[in-house]
Amino acid sequence: MPPARKVIDMATKASRSAARIMMAPAVVLLLGWMLVPLTMTVWFSFRTYLPLRGGDQGFAGFQNYARFLTSSAFWPSVYTTLLIVGGVLVITVCLGVLLAILLDQPIWGQGVVRILVIAPFFVMPTVSALVWKNMFMDPVNGLFAHLFKFFGAQPVVWLTDAALPSIILIVSWQWLPFATLILLTAIQSLDSEQLEAAEMDGAPALKRFWFIALPHLGRAITVVILIQTIFLLSIFAEIFVTTQGAFDTRTLTYLIFQRITDSQNIGLGSAGGVYAIILANIVAVFLMRIVGKNLDA
Amino acid sequence: MARAISPQRKFLTTGAAWAVGLLIFFPILWTILTSFKTEAQAIASPPIFLNFDWTLENYAVVQERSNYVRFLMNSIIIAGGSTLLGVIIAVPAAWSMAFVPSKRTKDILLWMLSTKMLPAVGVLYPMYLIFIKLGLLDTRTGLVVVLMLINLPIIIWMLYTYFKEIPGEILEAARMDGANLRSEILYVLTPMAIPGIASTMLLNFILAWNEAFWTLNLTAAQAAPLTAFIASYSSPEGLFYAKLSAASTMAIAPILILGWFSQKQLVRGLTFGAVK
Repeated sequence: MPPARKVIDMATKASRSAARIMMAPAVVLLLGWMLVPLTMTVWFSFRTYLPLRGGDQGFAGFQNYARFLTSSAFWPSVYTTLLIVGGVLVITVCLGVLLAILLDQPIWGQGVVRILVIAPFFVMPTVSALVWKNMFMDPVNGLFAHLFKFFGAQPVVWLTDAALPSIILIVSWQWLPFATLILLTAIQSLDSEQLEAAEMDGAPALKRFWFIALPHLGRAITVVILIQTIFLLSIFAEIFVTTQGAFDTRTLTYLIFQRITDSQNIGLGSAGGVYAIILANIVAVFLMRIVGKNLDA
Repeated sequence: MARAISPQRKFLTTGAAWAVGLLIFFPILWTILTSFKTEAQAIASPPIFLNFDWTLENYAVVQERSNYVRFLMNSIIIAGGSTLLGVIIAVPAAWSMAFVPSKRTKDILLWMLSTKMLPAVGVLYPMYLIFIKLGLLDTRTGLVVVLMLINLPIIIWMLYTYFKEIPGEILEAARMDGANLRSEILYVLTPMAIPGIASTMLLNFILAWNEAFWTLNLTAAQAAPLTAFIASYSSPEGLFYAKLSAASTMAIAPILILGWFSQKQLVRGLTFGAVK
């Protein structure tokens, strides 16, 4: 082995152990953050634990798990969760693709328009929920009520009579910027020569979109769907400050929250929490695969 | 690419894009405008758009009644503190994974990311118990730690992707010149890494500022940041539109300005390098 090579190897060996030390704080903290509360949740899920009504009353087996699934609130909450996640995904991805294509066109003031479109993402959830609830959806003074009255229609009491669509609208408004921005980034990396060649060959705009642009966007759309699903499964503030779970807007996350804070049934809430963790992990596995593949490239 | 576009078409797309942009931005614009109205003008029918008497009274009233500045300070300390602490912990970790990769680096990165997927509500009660035991409930310290932990994976990922872009040859050269680890980091890497670190801090400050699960559930009167302050308007107080708007405008204005600078980092930071 030539001497120069040996020096590098020694340096590498030294830096390897240094690297381990440098990673230690982050790894230990995340390990603790993951394991300690999670172990406690799993532990509580097997106990009958009612802090205000007798405290910890011992081992409960799988009772909490069974009760959570068979309670009358469970399936409606799953249904609500699916409607919110699905509804928001459909709206944000469809509008996001259209918006991304529009913003990719040569336009005057592109930078400003982009910021206008992205802005809602930076508004804190409690603000956007309350602004929509009071200033737009209020049946007396809200802007929608004014609009309906202007056209001679009866104003809708949005957050009671159409609570679920209202929440889907609010959350979609918050997440549309995210979808648009990511899809725009993906579109901008699209090979424009390919598009031009297709245009030269006389392919109409719709076909160019369907056969070239959309397949290219496929992966970006998948990433948007996976990341949004993970965040949407745990939306909280938007429901907390609007309906508090009333009028069929109780998601799985909110149901668990209520079991813990309102009914103070920690065992039952923890069993629900374990279900939620499993659900999130199923989505996460798919996301990890895509991210992992990209790491190799 | 110089594709010939007819001026008519550019005119049309510009019109469409601006219309859509303004429609999406409208709720924010309306909030800002309403914050300068009197309460009567705020609920006037038909709504008043621009021709009202601009007043700053709402801002004064919000501060006077609820000591807005205290919530603002809590937000700044919690978001800033968690970002700073996170970066201090993440820089060495991301550095070592980017420059001294091992077979397990990829697994460790993915595992770190997976901790981000843990649904908060699943560990709400344990965190509550831990906070009570450690006396952290309703303290800024407690929230700094929790928000640091939930954002640490994103910070490490972003830094990792930035550090990866620093050419490895520079390090090799420094090593050959006899630079030890410390000078390697101090004199070679740091100057090249500072823009990436700044962008990472920017995005994470925004994420921490807007976080609204732990800030709502682990604070009460003392450590509540702006997210919790605004949530208190969900009571009938929220029907005073002008004051709600003033409070909201103050809560989102700093982040809207920071967000302006962080558009590019948003894609990198929230897709973990999966979209470029």
